[in-house]
Amino acid sequence: MKCDRCNRPAIVHQIIISGGQHKEVHLCEKHAQEAGIPNPGKQPINKMLEKIGTIAVPLKATSVSCPQCGSTLAQIRQSGLLGCDQCYDVFDQLAHSMVERAQHGATQHSGRQPGQGPADRARQHERSRLLRALDDAVRSEQYERAAKLKHQLADLNHSKDVPDDNDGAGESA
Amino acid sequence: MSADVPSPDDQIFELEADVVLTSRARIARNLSGSPFVHRSDPEQCQTVAEEIRTAAECVDLPGSPVWIDLAEISNRHRRVLYERHIISRQHAEGHHPRGVIVDEDETTSIMVNEEDHVRMHTIAQGLQTDHCFDQVRDIDRSLETKLPWAFHQRLGYLAACPSNVGTGVRFSAMLHLPALSLTGDLKKVQNAANDLKLAVRGYYGEGSESSGNFFQVSNQVTLGCSEEELLEQFQQVILPGIIQYERSARRALLRQDRVGIEDRVRRDIAVLRSARLIKVDECMRRLSTVRLGVCLGILDDVDLRHINSLFVLIQPGHLHERVGDALSPREALVTRADTVREMLA
Ligand SMILES: [Zn+2]
Ligand SMILES: [Zn+2]
Repeated sequence: MKCDRCNRPAIVHQIIISGGQHKEVHLCEKHAQEAGIPNPGKQPINKMLEKIGTIAVPLKATSVSCPQCGSTLAQIRQSGLLGCDQCYDVFDQLAHSMVERAQHGATQHSGRQPGQGPADRARQHERSRLLRALDDAVRSEQYERAAKLKHQLADLNHSKDVPDDNDGAGESA
Repeated sequence: MSADVPSPDDQIFELEADVVLTSRARIARNLSGSPFVHRSDPEQCQTVAEEIRTAAECVDLPGSPVWIDLAEISNRHRRVLYERHIISRQHAEGHHPRGVIVDEDETTSIMVNEEDHVRMHTIAQGLQTDHCFDQVRDIDRSLETKLPWAFHQRLGYLAACPSNVGTGVRFSAMLHLPALSLTGDLKKVQNAANDLKLAVRGYYGEGSESSGNFFQVSNQVTLGCSEEELLEQFQQVILPGIIQYERSARRALLRQDRVGIEDRVRRDIAVLRSARLIKVDECMRRLSTVRLGVCLGILDDVDLRHINSLFVLIQPGHLHERVGDALSPREALVTRADTVREMLA
């Protein structure tokens, strides 16, 4: 995950709750220092938690519950299950880390989208390939290559409306 | 049921049926805007079940499917559905409103209100994961026109458990690995499976023991690859590796001790053909050896299809169903032995 203010990797992740709203903050070492948040690099426990995929969340966050199903952070942590589709947005960070762990590091869907027919399969393969290349480029900090790949992805998504019957199935996409 | 599906003997090796008993594909889906099953009260479960049932009726699924309300049928019938791999144990043992849609030849089933709102499955004999996937994908596409599946731009299709998000697709194959069990090389398969991000379970899925030397292998990761990539990896790369490994172990056994293997196989078929009382574990074990014997060409008067269906027919629920009444433990032993003798006569 990137820093909110620059392109460096974020090392501080916080959920801030005020007035019933929750906001996420991700900062790199430099910007965390500027914001007056102590450098977690000097606190081995934080590093450790980060490694095993747990994100330090202020205790107050446990009082947040999903408006649709009523699940709380503690309940989701305990059961390992999300309560509804909205939980994935309300508890975005926790959901992300749970998915990452369960899916052996994968965090980006590159399969079928709703409404996609068989004619879209070739494009889906291409999309999947580009997404993986992008992930790779970002991880290895090849930002120019990443930008190029993002462009290609946008072009690919743009071509969605163009009819394409490369395998001739008579299904509306 | 396997006994009803014609599979001529020359097709055994074509579909890799000497090692692969069945293959399956499943898709997990949830409705947007409703709590997932474990967060729903009985009323919400009922509403969801009706919504899904209505949608399924509207889209005209193939194979004249029927709706079975699991809360309405007896324990024994739920047990039979579970033994036939139509529903999971969790689904059989639930207490909330739930159901299953099954087509007439029992190859496709849609579990409603299992861990996810909808779990669509198709099953086929031998290695036909691709064929299964085509069918289950069509069902998903049909239902999608009527139901608002929960979908997330980044994470794909959402599920209660993070291990099912993304494609929601799981491929599995029930593998018969008697030779690898005998040679003690199963551990290697299991280690390799972990490295390949595969889950290995027993004959009756999660938490069940692998009786009869059956192992259900499935992909653990459902996110980050397209459905086609997952399928290709599973059917073209992973399974052929395990199949070849088992086959070479079988050949090695024959080379090293042909008489010993023949002796085991012939003793086991003799016991199955004459026993009057038999326990389920013993029965599974001997059927497994006999199955190996048929695939090695040692036994030529036994139909592989009969053996395959016996693994299901000897289970407690099916024995009860056959007699139509609750059985005492001893009656179960008798009925099981009768079932086996009839089938192998
Ligand atoms: Zn920064
Ligand atoms: Zn929720």
